[in-house]
Amino acid sequence: MALLEVKNLKTYFFTRSGVIKSVDGTSFSIEKGEILGIVGESGAGKSITGFSILGLIDPPGKIVEGEINFDGRDLVKLSQDELQKIRGNEISIIFQDPQTSLNPVISIGKQLMETILYHRKGVSKKEAYNSCVEILKTVGLPAAEKRMKSYPHQLSGGMKQRVVIAMALLNNPKLLIADEPTTALDVTIQAQILYLMKKLSKDFHSALILITHDIAVVSQLCDKIAVMYAGRIVEYGSKEDVIFNPLHPYTKGLIECLPKLNDDKKRLYQIPGIMPSLLGLPEGCYFKDRCEFADEQCDVYPPRQEIDKRIVFCHKVK
Amino acid sequence: MQFFKNELVVEFFEDKLAVGGLVIFIFLCVLALFPSLFSYQNPYDLTQLFLQNSFQPPNHTFWLGTDEQGRDIFSAMVYGLRISLYVGLASTILSVTIGYTLGLISGYYGGWVDTIIMRIADIQLSFPAILIALIIMALWGEGIGKVVIAITIVNWVYYARTARGVVLSEKEKDYAQSAKALGMSNFGIIFSEILPNTTAPIIVIATVRIANAIILEATLSFLGLGVPITEPSLGSLIANGYQVLFSGYWWDSVFPGVLLMVLVVSINLIGDRMRDIMNPRLKR
Amino acid sequence: MLKYILNRLFHSVIVMFVISFIVFFIMFKAGDPVQLLLPPDATQQDVIEMRHALGIDQSFIKQYEAFLKNVAKGNLGNSFVYGQPALNVVFERLPATLELSVLAMIFSILFGIPLGIIASIKPKAWYSKVIMFLSLSGISVPIFWTGMILVLVFSVLLGWLPSSGRGEVYLFTSAFTWDGIKHLIMPVLTLSFFQLALILRLTRTGMMEVMMQDYIKLATAKGVPRRVVVYYHALKNSLIPLVTVIGIQFGQLVAFTIVTETIFAWPGTGKLIIDSIQNLDRPIVVAYLLIISFIFVAINFVVDVLYTFIDPRVRV
Repeated sequence: MALLEVKNLKTYFFTRSGVIKSVDGTSFSIEKGEILGIVGESGAGKSITGFSILGLIDPPGKIVEGEINFDGRDLVKLSQDELQKIRGNEISIIFQDPQTSLNPVISIGKQLMETILYHRKGVSKKEAYNSCVEILKTVGLPAAEKRMKSYPHQLSGGMKQRVVIAMALLNNPKLLIADEPTTALDVTIQAQILYLMKKLSKDFHSALILITHDIAVVSQLCDKIAVMYAGRIVEYGSKEDVIFNPLHPYTKGLIECLPKLNDDKKRLYQIPGIMPSLLGLPEGCYFKDRCEFADEQCDVYPPRQEIDKRIVFCHKVK
Repeated sequence: MQFFKNELVVEFFEDKLAVGGLVIFIFLCVLALFPSLFSYQNPYDLTQLFLQNSFQPPNHTFWLGTDEQGRDIFSAMVYGLRISLYVGLASTILSVTIGYTLGLISGYYGGWVDTIIMRIADIQLSFPAILIALIIMALWGEGIGKVVIAITIVNWVYYARTARGVVLSEKEKDYAQSAKALGMSNFGIIFSEILPNTTAPIIVIATVRIANAIILEATLSFLGLGVPITEPSLGSLIANGYQVLFSGYWWDSVFPGVLLMVLVVSINLIGDRMRDIMNPRLKR
Repeated sequence: MLKYILNRLFHSVIVMFVISFIVFFIMFKAGDPVQLLLPPDATQQDVIEMRHALGIDQSFIKQYEAFLKNVAKGNLGNSFVYGQPALNVVFERLPATLELSVLAMIFSILFGIPLGIIASIKPKAWYSKVIMFLSLSGISVPIFWTGMILVLVFSVLLGWLPSSGRGEVYLFTSAFTWDGIKHLIMPVLTLSFFQLALILRLTRTGMMEVMMQDYIKLATAKGVPRRVVVYYHALKNSLIPLVTVIGIQFGQLVAFTIVTETIFAWPGTGKLIIDSIQNLDRPIVVAYLLIISFIFVAINFVVDVLYTFIDPRVRV
């Protein structure tokens, strides 16, 4: 049985200007120890998918439909109190911007230790302290004891993200969700952090959901890839299939966009147009206005097709 | 009408309390604009006052009673409202204009101009506002114009500070920098580029401070250092009535006080709502 | 740190020097106190003698010079009205004023912060709306009006509380005797309403802004219980800017005792300053304003020092 199985998840935001269907009928699953990449442009609903799993959707947002089966429980049906026991314990999340992820007026040590103390009853402060120092060393933060006393503003962005990762791993979670964990960091640090995450998730036997707009990143780290567009998954399959043999025109476009070495084309490829606003989605396939293969067939939203263990939503794929 | 389709306007009207405040405020403004239409007598015209009417409790003729000179309290309140509103609006407009100009200049040019203006502001801010106003009024004596100026002297600092802060952050922004790169003059940049981008916060602050100015005027008048009783504001009416409050003539001070409260609450309801709408940090 | 303190001290001395000069000049221009001090039937000779005795027959420069010489000796001159050193006259009444201000501030903080938190957690709940409407009234009502109504209700109509004066004083305050407390209730309430409302509203806005931050979401996401997220993670952040506000507002409270003391005939500095301004009693006015600005400076200093303890981002 899969560790996490998301079925037909719909998370809507009920705003003044209308209902925003940020996540609209998304399904995917992840096995123990697996790495799943969710790729898409900003606003495609990737982060909201991640937040939905942890029940972190604030009003006016709401999960209106679907199931999130995690280790035998449907997270959608759990109360906030029950979710609180799972958050940071069985499922952890890493946010995009390390600069704003840590509380500026609480020491790193306290912020780390409370993650243990609220979940594991009977653990002494001394033991918690030792585990925190240990994990800071594991994520490669020098002078761990000294860092326990530091405050966030005394650390660089890369160091902060290491602290956030350490925090996420403290309770040895079964599932780790990383929401664009390197976007806010310097390019030189990005690769370090990504490989650290890959290594740690293997060492800790945690499954990892990597949310990113960067298809290059997922192609290097992930076992499976889900491509999201305007709130829906358009293609979903193993990394090899999706990267080396993309079926959906949008996935093809994303891969085309990547700069390649020894490429003699003068300009990089661009997908024409922009993603439609979630308030004014077109009839039929959401991608049709930007798709070179689109015809009148595409005025109906394409059905789910399963081809060689992968899933794709496109009329043009046979 | 385009105005009512504006998103901010629509948002304003979604809050019932704020709309209530606006309705009351408009009603009070109408009262203040045409006091003679709504009042039983002209309270300043001594020939209309009769001593045998003094200290009448509220009745059919004098809805809210009379004072020791036989003046109808309701009429006096309508005229008093006019003066309170006038002082609030006039001093706010004056202090916004002066404070904002000085703040823009101070923030944009920096250097010694900035130092001088901000030193004055610092010294002034190291004193409670009411004390400064008190001393000025004690020197000059009572009078409507004097109160307006005193309140302006007290209040310009707040606008100058706000404007300076805004300019300091705005002038680094791309649009101001590009205007500079295009060779626009300093004044051109301040007034045609930066100013329009800072009006929204200023309108909000000004609304709240109109209410403050009205309270400050009333407080000065209550202490006998504001608007004279010969041409009373709501504050001076309250002060006048206070002298006989404990002799049982409660209507002389209580009713003007209630009107003052309603006026200030209505302005603050409007200001509060505007601030909530303009504050993007509180948007969900 | 020492350099910082000395710098601040130097800056404050300059500010107070400027203030003394301005006030001195204003009071010099304001007019002749002798007219107010002597009985109406005084002769021209009496006037001249008195002006000479008070030292106000000299030129402005001479008078200010004399004032500065006195200041160097720790003396701000004798009050024209009381004939005693002005500082003594003010200091004698200062405890009564500080007692009002401190109690009002404590009361405002004790109620303002918790109510502000309550109103921030569920801003759309009915009780939050009631709290917010009451706080709006709080900042909309002039404090003399609050005082008047309290006296009308609790002294005149109900007869529960004394309408004026300070009660029995034990040690330096009247807060330790039953009679003193009865006299304190209404003035303190009057003085606190506005502050309470202001602190409440600032607490609420601060909490609402902090609650939207990423680090609050992360705290929730790592399984910290809701009450800890609100009362530890969020509150700690939103209380820090409040310290500044409370510091500034304490100065305002001291100034507003002028109104409260007028209404309740409270024998503090507020009443003294109003009388002295009207009597053109320059030494008292100068002494009072210098003391007030000293209190302002001292509070600002305390706030800055406090910051280095409560906000890890600030280090001097």
